[in-house]
Amino acid sequence: MNKIYPSAEAALEGVLKDGLLVASGGFGLCGIPERLLDAMRDSGVKDLTFASNNAGIDNEGIGKLLRTKQVKKMISSYVGENKEFERQYLAGELEVEFCPQGTLAERMRAGGAGIPGFYTKTGVGTQVAEGKEVKVFGGEEYILEEGIFADLSIIKAWKADETGNVVFRKTARNFNVPAATCGKVCVVEVEEIVPVGSLDPDAIHLPGVFVQRIVVGAPYDKKIEFTTTREREAV
Amino acid sequence: MSEASKGWSRNEMAARAAKELQDGFYVNLGIGIPTLVANYVPKDITVTLQSENGMLGIGPFPYPDEVDPDLINAGKQTISELPHSAYFDSAASFGMIRGGHIDLTVLGAMEVAENGDIANWMIPGKMIKGMGGAMDLVAGVKKIIVVMEHTSKNGDPKFIPACTLPLTGRNVVDMVITDLAVFQRPDHDSPFRLVEMAPGVTAEEIAAKTTAHYVS
Repeated sequence: MNKIYPSAEAALEGVLKDGLLVASGGFGLCGIPERLLDAMRDSGVKDLTFASNNAGIDNEGIGKLLRTKQVKKMISSYVGENKEFERQYLAGELEVEFCPQGTLAERMRAGGAGIPGFYTKTGVGTQVAEGKEVKVFGGEEYILEEGIFADLSIIKAWKADETGNVVFRKTARNFNVPAATCGKVCVVEVEEIVPVGSLDPDAIHLPGVFVQRIVVGAPYDKKIEFTTTREREAV
Repeated sequence: MSEASKGWSRNEMAARAAKELQDGFYVNLGIGIPTLVANYVPKDITVTLQSENGMLGIGPFPYPDEVDPDLINAGKQTISELPHSAYFDSAASFGMIRGGHIDLTVLGAMEVAENGDIANWMIPGKMIKGMGGAMDLVAGVKKIIVVMEHTSKNGDPKFIPACTLPLTGRNVVDMVITDLAVFQRPDHDSPFRLVEMAPGVTAEEIAAKTTAHYVS
């Protein structure tokens, strides 16, 4: 068994085709699969649907594939700070399904766990509930939301061992775990691949069963959207 | 514009919201004025702030040499961690929120209705950015506090009989703090009651600027 690929391009070989539903990890620009998105852009694959919390910003993250018009549809909770997205959306070139953030995470988790639908109170009485089944439990209304079953998952992690056990770092974990689980094939890009036995089995965030392909994506840009700091107190 | 100088400032509204915090609370703060609430947590209590992108125990902004791109809040600002911080994925994060494990959230709003409906995510005809985690928060958190200006830039009331904008949540708001007043209700079947007025603000002025029905 070898899950390790020499490049992002190689790691996506044979799994890319037009019209794919892709689950992508990341929150804003934090924890996004930079190298895999670059490789998808370079491959020229098109008519993609992305299930991703955000759509990147102008020419960063999924924004890179928006610029080249490779994206047909976004399933996202928040798409601000992206002028090209706005232009395509207002021009009717891009379809958007707005999904509450927690519902999106749970739809991915459910898809990965073999659950085709679940009831949630998020969005009851709002536009999000339109066209969805409503069911009453204990006197309260809930709406039916469907699990996401993606063709491909692309995620970014901190470290993986050679069998695909993965750990993330701080808030860069975010959507990467649920996104990883809901695709038929999950490709993980990491900062470092470490030998088997060097990760604590009690501290694995994503077990290797969910991971089919691993590639080292370093060095990383890791762009920050808003750098906020405080002054050091005078000594 | 002399009237505009009356009432509470943004910081005073945040400080008022902070009075609702209790020792041991897990709290999610929205973007804007709600974020300022963190500056007014009483010193004698422990409050743990949740960030819906996957963190409990939000620390202050980092020192310039400790900025970490892997450590941001839900507003995508760099932050720091605390000794008791914990990280988790987005599904677990919203499990906490939807599952009723978060005690309090403070959010901004464009409109709040007298029945507790809230609208804060889209204006028809304008570019839609999305609801983010707001619908999950109002559906799942135990207590929902809205902090907002009492009237819009045009002077129109924002606490109104029924929302005109698409809803974020139906019958979910427990407390409304504006620059002029505080309205509260004990449960979701009761009407809001005017419980406080900002210094220099009269009941008549609040009545004139509020179309929602409330108990005074």
